[in-house]
Amino acid sequence: MHRRKFLQWFGAAGMTLPAAPGCFAAASKAAAPADYRRLLILVELKGGNDGLNTIVPYADLAYYAHRPRLAIPREQVLQLDDRFGLHPSLAALLPLWKDGRLALIQGVGYPTPNLSHFRSIEIWDTASKSDEYLQDGWLTRSFAAAATPRAFAADGVIVGSNELGPLAGNGTRAIALNNTEQFLRQARLAAPHGLAGNRALAHILKVEADIRQAASGLDARFDFRTEFPKNDFGNAVKTACQVIANPAGVAVVRVTLGGFDTHQNQLPVQARLLQDLADGIVAFRSALTELSRWDDTLLLTYAEFGRRVRENMSGGTDHGTASVHLATGGRVAGGFHGEQPSLAQLDGEGNVQHAIDFRSVYATALERWWGIPSDGPLGGRFTPVEFVKT
Amino acid sequence: MSARDFEPCIRLLFPLLAILLAGFACAQPMGRDEARLLLTRSSFAASEGEVDQFSALSREQAVDRLLSWVKPEASVPPPPWTATYDRPQRETLMSLEAREAYRKEQLRRALELRAWWFAEMLTTPSPLTEKLTLFWHGHFVSAQQKVRITHLMYRQNQVLRHHALGNFRAMLHAIARDPAMLIYLDTAGSRSEAPNENFAREVMELFTLGEGHYAERDIKEAARALTGWGVNRDNGEVVFRPRQHDAGVKTLFGRVGRYDMDAVLDLLLEKPEAAEFIAAKLWKEFVSPTPDPVEIRRLASVFRNADYEIQPLLRALLTSGAFYAQANRGTLVKSPVDLLVGTLREFRFQVNEPAPFVAALRQLGQDLFNPPNVKGWPGGDAWIHSASLLGRKLLLERLFRFEQSGSMAAAMQGGDMAAIEPGRSDARKSARAQGGMNGAIEFDSDGWLAGFRASPDGARQLSAALLPLPPVQALAAQPTLAGIRQLVLDPAYQLK
Repeated sequence: MHRRKFLQWFGAAGMTLPAAPGCFAAASKAAAPADYRRLLILVELKGGNDGLNTIVPYADLAYYAHRPRLAIPREQVLQLDDRFGLHPSLAALLPLWKDGRLALIQGVGYPTPNLSHFRSIEIWDTASKSDEYLQDGWLTRSFAAAATPRAFAADGVIVGSNELGPLAGNGTRAIALNNTEQFLRQARLAAPHGLAGNRALAHILKVEADIRQAASGLDARFDFRTEFPKNDFGNAVKTACQVIANPAGVAVVRVTLGGFDTHQNQLPVQARLLQDLADGIVAFRSALTELSRWDDTLLLTYAEFGRRVRENMSGGTDHGTASVHLATGGRVAGGFHGEQPSLAQLDGEGNVQHAIDFRSVYATALERWWGIPSDGPLGGRFTPVEFVKT
Repeated sequence: MSARDFEPCIRLLFPLLAILLAGFACAQPMGRDEARLLLTRSSFAASEGEVDQFSALSREQAVDRLLSWVKPEASVPPPPWTATYDRPQRETLMSLEAREAYRKEQLRRALELRAWWFAEMLTTPSPLTEKLTLFWHGHFVSAQQKVRITHLMYRQNQVLRHHALGNFRAMLHAIARDPAMLIYLDTAGSRSEAPNENFAREVMELFTLGEGHYAERDIKEAARALTGWGVNRDNGEVVFRPRQHDAGVKTLFGRVGRYDMDAVLDLLLEKPEAAEFIAAKLWKEFVSPTPDPVEIRRLASVFRNADYEIQPLLRALLTSGAFYAQANRGTLVKSPVDLLVGTLREFRFQVNEPAPFVAALRQLGQDLFNPPNVKGWPGGDAWIHSASLLGRKLLLERLFRFEQSGSMAAAMQGGDMAAIEPGRSDARKSARAQGGMNGAIEFDSDGWLAGFRASPDGARQLSAALLPLPPVQALAAQPTLAGIRQLVLDPAYQLK
C-alpha cells in the first residue's frame, strides 16, 4: 500500500497504532472533531539557535569549561531556578514565565542527527527519520488526515519565506507571503476558472482556486494598538497578526527569524537575535490578546539543530544537535519540560544526546492542542510532551 | 509465360509492398502540430520558422536532425576562474575581513557559474543538449551546498554534458569517480575499516535500479568495493589509495568476486531493471507522468541492445506513438527552466544580464547546481504550489508588461522577486547587486507577432503556438501584446 494512503487510512479511522496502554484514551480524543479554532504559531529559528546560551545551565561547571569566552557570565543570567537561567536578552519573557505560560522544552532533537542545515531542516519539516526522505511536510500529512474547515482562508500561512517547510507537498492549502497587501495584489493573477482538464491542469486550477480563496479570506485590516518591533522580524509578526485577524481563519502561521548560524562572533549576534525573538513574542501576545485569541494560541519555536557544546576558535559555535525550544500561549503549562542533556556525555563530534524527540513536540500540537491523531502523520507513536494544559 | 512462373515474384511482392507501405507511413511528414510538440518538449521552444521546417520531415528525420545538432561541449565561454583549480582556503585561519572577502568571492563564483549555464541554455544551437545535461544533473545529483568547491561543480557539469547524449555506461563510470560526486555522496575518504554506504545505496536506489531491486546486503558489499577513493582538495585531483581499498571477495547480487568500483557499476548494468529505470525516468521527462509498462519494456530493450547508447533510446522515445498521442498532450508541468528559458527563447528576448533570471529560477524552486537533495527535483505537480504559481505568473507578467524594448531591471530585482531568506543576507545582497546591473531585456513584439497579424486565422494560430491545450480562459486572445499576455498567464501555459 502506498505509504501516504496507509497513513491517511489510519488518520481517517481515528486509530492509533497498537500496543500503548494509553491508546484508548488517545483514540477517544482523536475521535472528536479537530479543534481548529485553536491556532498554532511556529517560529523558526533559522540557522540553528544555540540553546546552551539561551537557557543557560549556569550552575554547571562543564558549561564554563567548554566555553571560556562564549559562556554567559553567571551574574548576567536571569535565574529561573537553581540550575538554569535565561539569556539576558530574553528579559522581556520573564512576565510570561512568572505567569506560568512559558514552557522550556529541553534536549529536543532526534536519533542519528544530521549536521547539515538543509538535510536536518528537511528532517524536522517532514518529521522523517534521519535516513528517510519524505516529500510532504508533517502538517501537510496532518491536514490530509484531519482537514481544516473548508471555509478557512488557508490551512496555513508562511510569512517571509518561499519554503513551505512543514506545509510542503500537495494536498494542502498553504500560502506563502511577505505581507498581506502584496499578496492580495499578486493574487489577482489567479483568475477564476472551472475545475476541468487533465490531472496536471486540474492541479494548477486547484492551486489557483486556493489562492483566490486565501485572498478573499485575508483582506481584513485590523488596526492594532500593539506596537510591533520595527525590524524584519517585527514586520513578520505584524503580518502574521494581520493574517490571524481575519475571521475566515487559518490553522497555522509560520514566521522565521534568521541568522542563528553563529559560527563566529556569536555573542553580539545571538544577543540581538534573542532580543528580537523576545520582543516578537511579546508583540504576539499583545496583539493576540487584542484579538481575544491568546488563549487559543500555541506558539512553538523550532530549528534544524542546536550548536556544539565547545566554542570554536572564531568566537562562535559549530553545528550541534539537540537544543531547547520554547512554547507559550494562553493555555501553556509553563516550566521546564524534557531534560538538559549532560555536558559530560557527548558524542564523537562533541554534541549532546537528545532527551526528547522533536516529533513528540509535534504530537503535543496535534493531539493535545488540536485533538487530532498524531501516529499516522508522524509515522509512529510519539508520546506528547505535556506542556499544554487540559 | 504462365502464372506459375510469376509465383515467386508474387510471393516476394506482398512483403515488399508491406515494407514499402510501412516505410511510407514512417516517411510521412509529421505536420506542424507534431513538429511543435517535438520542438517544445525537446528544445524549450518552437519558433514558427522551425515548425515550418520540421513539419516537412518525418518523425524519424526530425529526431535525427535534432540529434545531429548535439554537441559535447558548451559554446558560451565559461568564467575565467574555471581555467585553474584554486586550492580552497581554511576559513578558520583567516581574519574576519579576509573571511568576508573570501566568502564574497565564493558567492560571486557560484552566481557566475549559474549565469554561465543559463546563458548557454538561452543561446545554444542545441537546446536538446542542455535539456539532457540538466536532466542528468537532476539524476546524478551533486549539489554546490555540500561540494562547496565551485570549480568541481563546473567540471561535473562538463562531464554530464559530454555524456548527456552519449553512452550511459560511460557516464555512470565517469560520474562515480567524478570529484564533486565523490565528495557529495561521501565516497571520498571511504576506507576499508568502515566503508561509507552513501554512494552504494544511492547508485542502486536512485541512479540505476530503483527501490526494491537490491538488498541491504548488496549495498554493504558494494560499499566495500567502493573504498579507497579520495579527492585531493589541494589540487582537485581524484586519488585512489590501494591501502584503503577493501580488495577482498564480495558477494553482490549472488555473484562472487574481488569487485572494485568499475566491476560494481557493470554488475548493476547487467540487471534488466537498469534499462527500465532509465527509460521510465526519460518517459516522465518527455512523455507523461505515467509510464506505460509495455512501452517501457520495449524502450528498455532498445536501450540494452544498443549497449546503453542514449541516442537510440531517445530516438525511440521521441518517435513513439505515445509521445505524439493526444492523450499525453499538456500532461507535463514545465519546470522553472522550461518556463523561463522556453519563454525567453520562444519570444527571442534579448537578455543582457542572466543574473536576475538565475535568481528567479531559484525562487521558483530550481536552483542550478543545487538540487534540494540527492533525489533531485521531484518535478511534475511539485513545481506548482501557491507560492511558486504566483511567482511564475508574476515573472511572466513582467516579461510582457513592456512594449518593444522594455527594461526589466527594476522589476526583476524589486521587492516581490527578491530572495526572501532571513539569515542568508549575503546571498540576497549579492543577487540584488548582480540584478541591478544592466538588467535590460528586449522583446520585439511587433516583429514576433507579424506573421500572426498577417494571417486571417491569427488568433487561433497564436493560441496553438503557445499552448499545448485549448486555453482555459474562454475569451479568444488576439495577436497583440495583450493577447500574448493573456495566453502566457493562462494556466495551460504552465504545461507542455
